Amino acid sequence: MKILVGIKRVIDYNVRIRVKSDGSGVETDGVKMSINPFDEIALEEALRIREAGKADEVIVISAGGDECQQQIRTGLAMGADRGIQIKTEQDLQPLSIARALLYVIEKEDIGLVILGKQAIDNDNSQTGQMLAALWDRPQATFASKLELGDGTARVTREVDAGLETIDVELPAVITVDLRLNEPRFVKLPDIMKAKRKPLDVINLSDLSIGSEHDLVTVGTVPPFARARGVMVEDATQLVAELRQRGLV
Amino acid sequence: MNSAVNENQTSGREVMEYDVIVVGAGPAGLACAIRLKQLKQDLAVAVIEKSAEVGSHILSGAVIEPEPLDELLPGWKEQPPPICVAVKSDQFFYLKKDRKVRLPTPPQQKNHGNYIVSLGAMCNWLAGHAENAGVDIFPGFAADGIRYQDDGSVGGVIIGDMGVDRGGNPKDTYMQGIEIHAPMTILAEGCRGHLSKQLIAQYELDKDSDPQTYGIGIKELWKVEPGKSIPGRVQHTLGWPLDPSIYGGSFIYHLENDLVAIGFVCGLDYADPEFSPFEAFQQLKHHPMVKPMLEGGEIISSGARAIVEGGYQSLPRVEMPGALLIGDAAGLLNVPKIKGTHQAMRSGMLAAEHIVQSGSSEGFDRKLRDSAVMAELHKVRNIRPGFQRGLWKGLFTAAIETLTMGKLKRTLANHSDHDQLSRSSEYKTPERQWVDRELPPRDRLASVYFATTEHDEDQPVHLQIIDPDICTTRCSIEFNNPCTRFCPADVYEMVNDIDGPRLQINAANCVHCKTCDIKDPYQIINWVTPEGGSGPNYQNL
Repeated sequence: MKILVGIKRVIDYNVRIRVKSDGSGVETDGVKMSINPFDEIALEEALRIREAGKADEVIVISAGGDECQQQIRTGLAMGADRGIQIKTEQDLQPLSIARALLYVIEKEDIGLVILGKQAIDNDNSQTGQMLAALWDRPQATFASKLELGDGTARVTREVDAGLETIDVELPAVITVDLRLNEPRFVKLPDIMKAKRKPLDVINLSDLSIGSEHDLVTVGTVPPFARARGVMVEDATQLVAELRQRGLV
Repeated sequence: MNSAVNENQTSGREVMEYDVIVVGAGPAGLACAIRLKQLKQDLAVAVIEKSAEVGSHILSGAVIEPEPLDELLPGWKEQPPPICVAVKSDQFFYLKKDRKVRLPTPPQQKNHGNYIVSLGAMCNWLAGHAENAGVDIFPGFAADGIRYQDDGSVGGVIIGDMGVDRGGNPKDTYMQGIEIHAPMTILAEGCRGHLSKQLIAQYELDKDSDPQTYGIGIKELWKVEPGKSIPGRVQHTLGWPLDPSIYGGSFIYHLENDLVAIGFVCGLDYADPEFSPFEAFQQLKHHPMVKPMLEGGEIISSGARAIVEGGYQSLPRVEMPGALLIGDAAGLLNVPKIKGTHQAMRSGMLAAEHIVQSGSSEGFDRKLRDSAVMAELHKVRNIRPGFQRGLWKGLFTAAIETLTMGKLKRTLANHSDHDQLSRSSEYKTPERQWVDRELPPRDRLASVYFATTEHDEDQPVHLQIIDPDICTTRCSIEFNNPCTRFCPADVYEMVNDIDGPRLQINAANCVHCKTCDIKDPYQIINWVTPEGGSGPNYQNL
């Protein structure tokens, strides 16, 4: 069975995000970029499945400009067998990405797709769900536990009400949550080996996929700064301040 | 690439082999690696770097002299590093609490032809050049120890294990560090490098030189309101908030796009056990010359690092069997200029040329001492030690030394910083005239936030205290625990438990500056490297 793992190049979770002064977005110039943390967890799970003998090949895929090859190489260094770049300079939306993934799934005869539950830059949590619908296959999202059976998967999902366990038939789309596993560290020699693993490039423009832009970001503002607090000396002053603000 | 991977029979660790392994992706290490490839393309060269991305752990003012860059990468100006502003003007001030006095710019501070850069961004840019030249660069991997050959010579490094818990036990993610074997190891760790410290002791490299002396540099990158920064302006100050017994001053470098790099440097040979370098820096920002510029602005990034000040007299022997010290791991910074980058790069290039020519470390020490690097240090060797007797005597000595261009026969001696701290009972802190502060950051914790430093809490504490009892007994009484004040990141805290006071080490705050390793009066603090990839994430500092 072949597993496809989607990874996204995002601003590293450690970076302090700054909004551009013209409000057109966030500063990405010279800022550290990494694999979306949930995607690393997805890849770790795929690698464990392959190491358990239940899959033959793990393919990492990313959509973007040539910079995202850095993240694909990191995925290969972690242990993926092959990498695919969907090459585009456009800022793709989940629906277009889902369509591109579907093209690769059909071309490669993928048996299981594992994605991060959401990207930490836009927090959309849409790609996996849309992909499942386009592919007309089951989805199991926010997985915190995954057990593969014979042509099925038992997935424990973290949902608002608690934990929900469902069985899905493969092929399927699974999106992963934080507690599924802890991704492995990359070994130095594997970084060297990753340079020699295959990385295929597919131009988005060669695929007949509409990349419509129904959504346009009109502006970005930083969260409003909290007003300075006032330290009060005693209860009397506290009551006076509250009264002044019409709060009591 | 000739790197071969195989099992090491004795230690069980996986092994990678290179012709040269460089520890540290700073200007010295990267210049060395690039030069090696330029001279001998088929050499297998690797650079390992403990930060997660090249540039994340390094910071400096920085005004650099471009000549070594011109030599290493002719045409670099066509595609310069991201932050690179030609110096337009130099100003030098003596500050009193509410006034500034413009002084003539000393010759060492004349920066015509120089560039203001972000050293972090420049290293990242240099790393790109190195990779294009065929150097393997591995950020996120910390060299934890030296690998010795059977004959006792240095034969490479051991990468630190990852995924180890606080008690030293392997976690689920445990990954044993590999060994990198190389006939030549270049230590380019910067000031007070932990492996360099080990090797200097191991090979007694410092037995014929004065003790090394250091300073601490704390820096903030600010985005100020439009119109307040004048790109290319370079300003330095002396005086307030320091009293004349503490060597130090500030720098204010104006970049483009309303960015200003502001920082504070002071010698770590100060005597006052109550002194806090971080607080002094924050005071400086409130001086009437500085405060209006910063008001209404925001801090983008901040950090701190020790700087090496010993120069000529304190330079250890820089060669040992199988390894060389370059850059500030050796100690090449020119203090009156407060510049070390050009020296670091030169030493790296010299090391590369020596290795290709001779194939061994032997003879490099002589080459370095006969080179322009050493000549530069020799010329200014008496300036910093002149300040041991205070600001005014120091300025007088500096004037004499500058006029005589360092040609006087004398060489003043350096003293070791940790011995200079006075006991609390013997020192009376002078009236500092410090003010109530309004500008951010509020305190060291708020400042550490801007350094974006990150360590997995569940790992061994990387600040080893050789005798922790001293902290709560002798040190409390003698010096009132100065570590709780000289650390710019608030790592050390004395907490009062039910059983009494104890030292709490908030290792996760550490910004890897090495000040504690240097200034601790008992020399019981040993900084070792935490898990690779941990530490600050400086952006454009």
